[in-house]
Amino acid sequence: MSYTRVDFQTDQEVRWCPGCGDYTILAAVQNFFAGLDIKRENVVFVSGIGCAARFPYYMNTYGMHAIHGRAPAIATGVAVANPALSVWVVGGDGDFLSIGGNHLIHALRRNIDMTLLLFNNQIYGLTKGQYSPTSETGKTTKSSPAGSIDYPFNPISLALGAEATFVARTLDMDRNHTTAMLKAAHAHRGSALIEIYQNCNVFNDKAFIQLTGKSERHANRIDLVHGQPIVFGANKEKAVVWDGGRAAIVDRASVSPSQIIVHDAHAEDASAAFALSRLAHGPYGPTPLGIFRDVYRPVYDDALQDAVTRSTAARGSGDLGKLVTSLGTWTVE
Amino acid sequence: MDSDHNPVTPLPEAPGVTGTNGGVTVDRADRMVIRFAGDSGDGMQLAGNRFTDAAAIFGNDLATLPTFPAEIRAPAGTLPGVSSFQLQIADWDILTPGDRPGVLVAMNPAALKVHLQDLREDGILLINEEAFDERNLHKAGFETNPLDDGTLDGFDVHRVPMETLTKAAVKGSGVSGRAVLRSKNFLALGLLLWMFGRDTKVTADWVRKKFGRIEPVMNANLAALKAGYNYGITTESFARQIEVRPAALPPGTYTNVNGNAALSWGLIAASQLSGLPLFYASYPITPASEILHELVRHRNFGVKTFQAEDEIAAAGAALGAAFAGSLAVTGTSGPGLSLKGETISLAMITEMPMIIVDVQRGGPSTGLPTKPEQSDLFLAVWGRHGESPLPVIAASSPSDAFEVAIEAARIAVKYMTPVILLSDGYIATGSEPWRLPDIASLPHLEVPFATGPNAGDQFLPYLRDLRTMARSWAIPGMPGLEHRIGGLEKEEGTGNVSYDPANHQLMTDIRAWKVANIANDIPEVEVDDPDGADLLVLSWGSTYSAVRAGVGNARRKGAKVAYARVRYLSPLPPNMTTVLSSYEQVLIPEMNNGQLSRMVKAEFARPVISYSKVEGVPFQFGEISAKIMEIAGR
Repeated sequence: MSYTRVDFQTDQEVRWCPGCGDYTILAAVQNFFAGLDIKRENVVFVSGIGCAARFPYYMNTYGMHAIHGRAPAIATGVAVANPALSVWVVGGDGDFLSIGGNHLIHALRRNIDMTLLLFNNQIYGLTKGQYSPTSETGKTTKSSPAGSIDYPFNPISLALGAEATFVARTLDMDRNHTTAMLKAAHAHRGSALIEIYQNCNVFNDKAFIQLTGKSERHANRIDLVHGQPIVFGANKEKAVVWDGGRAAIVDRASVSPSQIIVHDAHAEDASAAFALSRLAHGPYGPTPLGIFRDVYRPVYDDALQDAVTRSTAARGSGDLGKLVTSLGTWTVE
Repeated sequence: MDSDHNPVTPLPEAPGVTGTNGGVTVDRADRMVIRFAGDSGDGMQLAGNRFTDAAAIFGNDLATLPTFPAEIRAPAGTLPGVSSFQLQIADWDILTPGDRPGVLVAMNPAALKVHLQDLREDGILLINEEAFDERNLHKAGFETNPLDDGTLDGFDVHRVPMETLTKAAVKGSGVSGRAVLRSKNFLALGLLLWMFGRDTKVTADWVRKKFGRIEPVMNANLAALKAGYNYGITTESFARQIEVRPAALPPGTYTNVNGNAALSWGLIAASQLSGLPLFYASYPITPASEILHELVRHRNFGVKTFQAEDEIAAAGAALGAAFAGSLAVTGTSGPGLSLKGETISLAMITEMPMIIVDVQRGGPSTGLPTKPEQSDLFLAVWGRHGESPLPVIAASSPSDAFEVAIEAARIAVKYMTPVILLSDGYIATGSEPWRLPDIASLPHLEVPFATGPNAGDQFLPYLRDLRTMARSWAIPGMPGLEHRIGGLEKEEGTGNVSYDPANHQLMTDIRAWKVANIANDIPEVEVDDPDGADLLVLSWGSTYSAVRAGVGNARRKGAKVAYARVRYLSPLPPNMTTVLSSYEQVLIPEMNNGQLSRMVKAEFARPVISYSKVEGVPFQFGEISAKIMEIAGR
């Protein structure tokens, strides 16, 4: 049986603000699922709290809209209890990186088989406009009227530092690119984090204008493609090269082709991916999009299931009678 | 004479019959309290546990009380570094580890300093005399050597050169250097086994099993054990053995089990009885960690354990596993229960079955991490935001934890609700003989799984079984039952998000009613009242043993007193009103500042005498019977 997008829609009215980037992401995800060979009943969406976290209500799969920050932990329980499920976690920058930062990094390092969609709009939307852990320093918001003094996270660097095996970045406005990232993440067994730059048109409109604006995007969008030299610009006139251990942007004409970094998403070592993530500490200039890292590492849920299977094979299925007498017994006549 | 004998079984013939064993006098005692005390590196917990096992297999009734510092290795030789293990063995049905030891093993001056005050006036002292050097005496705060200054006059003192004996014994075992003295606990144990007329076989078998892979250590421990035993035989100063015969316990097969193990086994049993795979998520915390350690050893029962990054994640993972169809459990101790609160509320509003085990310890905050207390009762019953009632049940002894774990699972699954199971440090680490249940007769646990659409061709997640008001449990993987749950208030029936005022009132009422109605599905409180008393003593949790024994003791002194144990704290059993109104006075001893007392006062408007103790040690039965006698005016 094959699905259409409608099969993944629910009868619930979608209640994001008109013009919110979440709509385009929802459409992309529903379309993506319609094209997959996967049974709807085997899909679980888990979310925390925030605008993005309403997502499960709009996906006609199994779902849980949980508590702030804890979605990766809850999804871990789902995935570990039943490794056959396709587990998806949706959260915003506050949910994943602030209140839930701890759960995010531990899910990534354990390599739980789940796909985490980080809707990064660099603002708190549901609480009506406070700065978030990805807001730029100096940002003026309701809770930072004189400008925020917080230094922001770089979510890609954070995920790589947390030993993530799949890390990608995409953009709500680019449906094709989003779909490609979803596809790659889904194909990856283990934790997969996709940072999605998502426009909050109410509290932080045009935060990603450098990557979406007609006049800006060609100059700033660095598409990472595995096996391809990293070049960008309207006429591919810019290139990324190694410069004293860091990745640096140069005029393509100023270097020989052999100096240009050929992107290797499957490199065992995460150093190059990390260096690429440092090209931009926010979408304010040339910023890489695409898959930074996609490597295999044993998956926690599989390893635990294996341990159970092996123990049962070696010792036989547990026998309660033997268990309660295992410390030695005596009999009173 | 005061005794902590279980009042439901008859006392045996009077003790004190004296015989001989090859020139050694044998005193028969009906019971004996033994306390091993030493530095936390001296292996006293191990020695105590091994003696306990030997006594259990011999057929004594027994109860144990391990006490250890929160520091893993507090500075050697100091008072805070003292670790002890007390057990009482008896030839009849006892309930507690005893109040005052008759035998004290003191491995160093600090151990003697801490524990001498508890030793009976006629008590026996086994002393590792070589530890009583100037340095250790100073660390323990002794101005003069208590071995020589008359401090120990009146006690039956045995100064044993344990270190010299151990060194001589382990020579040739392959163990050398400082490691040699690690076997001295086995030397002390061997001596004690001789003193109680036990052979060393049970212990030696254990040593071979435990240390078989490290042959030098195995040999050293076996040699020390034997040397200690032989020292008893050959040393003239040991002219007395103590005989404590097997107890006349109810017929059956017994094992000796501590509360954390029994609770773990109960969870495994519940998994087997329900057919649900067990998922246990926990963050290490004293004294609950052993449940994690125990369960991870039993993966062949389909058990999955998850050591989470924090307490909140452990609760969250358990909730996720419950959603996916597991028998989901998270275990912790007091501070962790605070952290899990938000997730428990989510489990409550999503109506997911889940068990939260709280092995209570002294609080607040880090408090007394290795000591028992019952001060999380309010937190368990009321400690969540919003109107969030849920069932709370408590284990009252190590073996009872098995049954209570199954009961927690039964209620959680049948009523689709989180359940809090309260244990405490005393139950968790203490052990007692457990008459094994007939495994085949344990009840099957019904699971309200959704098997298909329940409203035409639709599945509505909040349609309920009108007998229990439980919604059905539809787990991922079931086609056609896809649905969403969450922390936002849901519309009754459809489970859609609803902000409707009347619906929130309705859902709040249904959730409260569902939990309150469980009162009709739990046993009534049983009152033991042979004499038509005016005074009722109520206990919950681990105070059971001391309170039960204290009641028996007071009765033997002529007091008329009734006793009842409350296992279900929320909801309380349905006959509580009748029971409470049948007595003029109600006494509730608790290891907290009167939490059940306040609940009873609030719910039943009955005057209650609260007897509280928060010293980090369990009640002694003598304290309970003295309190009863005081109230009875005797």
